[in-house]
Amino acid sequence: MTDLIQRYGRGLSWLSIGLTAFWLLALVILPYLGLFEQSFRPYLPVDEIGGPNDHYTLHNYMALFSNPQDITLCLPGKDTIPGSPIYLPDLVVNWPIHLYIFILTIVYSSVVTLIVLMLCYPIAYCMAKVMDPRSLPTFFLLLVIPLWVSELMRSFSWYIILSLNGPLSTLLMDLGILSAPVRWTWGLCGYSGIMVGLIYTYVLFMLFPVYNAMTSLDSNQIEAAEDLGAGWIRKHWRVIIPHCKPGIASGSVTVFMLAASSLLVPSLLASPKSRWFTEVIQQWMFESHDWNSGAAYAFLLLVVCTIFVTVMMKLFKVGLSDIAK
Amino acid sequence: MRNKFRHSALLIYCYCFLALMLVPLAVMGGAAFNDSKFPTVLPWKGWTWRWFVDLYNDDTIWQASFNTLIVAIAVVVMSVPIGTAGALLVNSLKGRSRTLLYALMISPVLTPGAVIGISTLLFWFKFNVPAGLHLSVFAQVSFIAAYVMLMVLARLQSFDSALEEAALDLGATHWQSLRRVLLPHLYPALAAGSVLAFFQSIENFNATQFTRGASTTLTVYVGSKVRTGITPTINALAFILISITVIGALAYEIRRRRIAARAAEAEA
Repeated sequence: MTDLIQRYGRGLSWLSIGLTAFWLLALVILPYLGLFEQSFRPYLPVDEIGGPNDHYTLHNYMALFSNPQDITLCLPGKDTIPGSPIYLPDLVVNWPIHLYIFILTIVYSSVVTLIVLMLCYPIAYCMAKVMDPRSLPTFFLLLVIPLWVSELMRSFSWYIILSLNGPLSTLLMDLGILSAPVRWTWGLCGYSGIMVGLIYTYVLFMLFPVYNAMTSLDSNQIEAAEDLGAGWIRKHWRVIIPHCKPGIASGSVTVFMLAASSLLVPSLLASPKSRWFTEVIQQWMFESHDWNSGAAYAFLLLVVCTIFVTVMMKLFKVGLSDIAK
Repeated sequence: MRNKFRHSALLIYCYCFLALMLVPLAVMGGAAFNDSKFPTVLPWKGWTWRWFVDLYNDDTIWQASFNTLIVAIAVVVMSVPIGTAGALLVNSLKGRSRTLLYALMISPVLTPGAVIGISTLLFWFKFNVPAGLHLSVFAQVSFIAAYVMLMVLARLQSFDSALEEAALDLGATHWQSLRRVLLPHLYPALAAGSVLAFFQSIENFNATQFTRGASTTLTVYVGSKVRTGITPTINALAFILISITVIGALAYEIRRRRIAARAAEAEA
């Protein structure tokens, strides 16, 4: 602190402290605390607010566990691949619907994160260690184009491609591969469209951190591993992947958070069977106008993301400053 | 030999990936010229400009674009000074207090947009501030300032604070030393931060959706239109956005090649 005053003088120091305080207090900490507080308040008519019924309750959170419905579980082989010959009998369970959506959102977001990581790792390696450094800037620039075109347009492009009588069906029918148009978004238990959309929309948020981590690895280390007789699997497993941990952790956290909290992709690429947790939050906010339940569900989403960040930090033994770069 | 084969396979995979990243954009842009009610490139029903005309005549789009621009400018104006101040503050701290402050500043980046939006809405509603674009600005600044902070902080690492001391020893005021020594060093980070803040604001959907009230921004308008029935006017808009990006990328690439060529010439 004295360092700050010494370097910038009193006026400028107080100015920067003031700006930071406004940011962290008025825009971050107090709103988050407010969200937490309000999530325990009951949903009451306006004239009862502040009255005897206005006391803290867990009711908003319990809504997650109430309202059980008959849900036909989606088992692998039945709906995952349209027209699959494997047949499994329907398994109907009686589960709270919001809890089911909540769990599905977490599971599908984790799967998306894993797929994206597996897609990106070879590319990051290729860009950092294999590709001709002269062609790299052009490659990079072309990759960044989808990123600048915006998240909305990236998901919208797959909305067009996967639509029932859209380009993909038409192309495959013209080529004689398909005989009738396919509902591309209905596969994978109704989540195939969302999965494709999430992967395409957020894949670059994994690629760039992993690539950054990869570039800081000295190529001599890889050569040394090769000279000492490491096969390519061992080379990656023992030398390259450990070095890329911060990048992998950072990319995974970003992709998981973006996927789980995506609003655009699940609404654009939905199927009759797909529901996403953010859609439930939106329902509380805009259809039921029950902001307190919306706050409770938003807080749950925040908790999930925080747990994910913590687990990644522990798992990869990296600090917060490695994750956010 | 085996290595070489593996490397070629990797390169092919990379180029396939790049193609797969770009083809959807081409499909989306191409559909802007197809004379079909539903946005698609296949089946091709003939060339038309009418979706661009429709786009031009859509008053809501103009209003939404104007709103988006105002919000983006406000976000840049707020988040760049805030982010810079935050970076200076964090940079002057050490130990636990630094870690804590850093974690606080980073937390909005790792928070879902919906949570940021809802908490901003609820917080200001307590003070009877109704939802509207001003709240969208606050919600966006809360995490965009963190991006600016990170960029400025990275740039500060390469700053030699002896220069500042020299300026102060030679009789410069603190304000002069900031303006003439530190800020010129930070300009690249500030410029990059402003551009990033601007585009982050334009494309933001989640935080804006919960805070906007009855106003609408471009991203929100297009996002909501998808549900109510979509026409290729959206593709015309997408085509324009893609064109701007591609032209920007081309200009950047030409400039980069020219500089590289000049550097090679100087070396020769």
